Amino acid sequence: MAVDESSIGSDRWRRPSPRLLVLRRLQVAAAALAALGAAGALAVVAGTAPGLACAGVAVVLGLVAERIVRRRFSAWRYAEREDDLLVQRGVLFSRLSVVPYGRMQFIDVTAGPLERSFRLATVRMHTAAAASDARIPGLDVEEAARLRDRLAELGEAQAAGL
Amino acid sequence: MSGTRSWQRMHPLSPIVRGGRATIAVAVLFVPTVLRGGDLSDSYVQLAIAAVLTALGFVSWLVTRWRIDGDDLQIETGVLRRQSLRFPLSQVQAVDIVRPGLARMFRVAELRLRMGGASGSTARLAYLPEREVEPLRDELLALARGDRRDEGAETTAAGAEERVLTTVPTGRLVASILISDVGLVAEAVIAGLVVTALLAPAAATGVVSGGAVWILSALTLVWRRFNQEYRLSVAEGSDGLHVRSGLVALTAETIRPGRVQAVRMVEPLLWRQLGWCRLEVDLAGRQRSKGEGQGERRALRAVLPVGSRALAGELLDRIVPDRPREQSRAPRRVRWKSPLRYRMIAWGRTETCVATTSGRLRRVTCWVPLQKVQSLRRVQGPAQRSLRLASVHVDTAGRNLHATLRDRDVAEADRALEQLTVLARDARRPLGSPG
Repeated sequence: MAVDESSIGSDRWRRPSPRLLVLRRLQVAAAALAALGAAGALAVVAGTAPGLACAGVAVVLGLVAERIVRRRFSAWRYAEREDDLLVQRGVLFSRLSVVPYGRMQFIDVTAGPLERSFRLATVRMHTAAAASDARIPGLDVEEAARLRDRLAELGEAQAAGL
Repeated sequence: MSGTRSWQRMHPLSPIVRGGRATIAVAVLFVPTVLRGGDLSDSYVQLAIAAVLTALGFVSWLVTRWRIDGDDLQIETGVLRRQSLRFPLSQVQAVDIVRPGLARMFRVAELRLRMGGASGSTARLAYLPEREVEPLRDELLALARGDRRDEGAETTAAGAEERVLTTVPTGRLVASILISDVGLVAEAVIAGLVVTALLAPAAATGVVSGGAVWILSALTLVWRRFNQEYRLSVAEGSDGLHVRSGLVALTAETIRPGRVQAVRMVEPLLWRQLGWCRLEVDLAGRQRSKGEGQGERRALRAVLPVGSRALAGELLDRIVPDRPREQSRAPRRVRWKSPLRYRMIAWGRTETCVATTSGRLRRVTCWVPLQKVQSLRRVQGPAQRSLRLASVHVDTAGRNLHATLRDRDVAEADRALEQLTVLARDARRPLGSPG
């Protein structure tokens, strides 16, 4: 039996749509703006110094959050190989899932209101194991539909019993 | 369809047995009145409650029926919300016969079919007359194997021939429970009570009434374990492994060959000194959910509650024949991350099976047939990254048994992930198919 000795990976990695990063940045910006608004109110009520301090904290936290969001976004990637789907994610805890098409039970495509307004969708592949973790967020709607159809097709072709 | 049979009802006494504790409570309610020679007509309320319960039980019995329809088991039940359940027999993972104490008194038994798949649930036929249960079990198993029901003689013969592999002696079971985690807690509680009672008799009553819940729950755990595993025996039949056990509530399970998702061997610290271990198997099934009885909640089935390593090895030979003999240890630097686990961590594999060992005080070894692997995950946390380590998780459809190649060198983890992916793919494919 031939076992490939090379380390796992693929040269055909794909990434979520850049619009996901825009969406995440907007979410961070909205939170930072809300904090700035609160700081402004504080400045009116309690004087300029505490207001400025709070505004500074809000800006710094917003910048840190932006950096985290960017790194998390760039950690997401997935690849369709011949027999399985690879999904990698996570910055602090990096996870690489290998989910064989033959083990797929069903596929979810979900899009919340925010995702929908950015024409994005999340694709999730379910297996019989609860611990399996194959979720790809922020895909173009067309890419999500293509992936869903392709996974369904491959899953049917390779389906295996429990 | 040729296999369709007429509808059948459960045993008429089943509502009483199903009531379980409620029935006992009702009996307790009336017995003192009757014994005192009192007139039952005094207690209208109790009588009314009992009458309503009886009527409800009768109706539920009346509307529940089942039949075998081709390859399916069909159950219909419910009055307001009518349910028609269909269980495809080809997906049966295991068949259990369960007889609680009350059921034994009335000579009835419950047949439980554990189904696989994401929507898998448990088909319960509660309760059937005792003498009909075993033939029905053999018949259902034969149908599950795909045999057409030609003659009844063949199926009964298949169920009859079996070879007993192990029986657990009661003395050893008691000793093992006494030095298990549950047992030690219960002993500590009792010892604490005795000491308090000796030193300050006045305080003891307060302690007992205050801690009654804890005392009861500790004793219940010990009792449940003893009751479930009393005289447990494992036999090998043509339709799988037969596991029988029980003191008050008897259970008889049949585990179909090739349906075991994972096996684990647990060796607690104190047991290890005696060379004892416990062997549990994990089957596919739905995640635990509300409303399930205790029987279903116990997801892992002990096939050997306590026994020597040699005995466990014999059983393992039946369940995972091609299992790795050697396991490779973790790199030395793992000591810094998991000082307690370091001595236990190991993994090994053959072409068809992967084994992992871990645990802090107790040693837990898992075997997963590669055919059963659902997905693989490589996870690396911050502490692992700084030590150039990574873990590989092996996910199965089992309920709560996860094999993990813990804390391996990054290069080794990557290699293992790739190798296991390929081996699992080949194991999944039926022989002779391309690729």
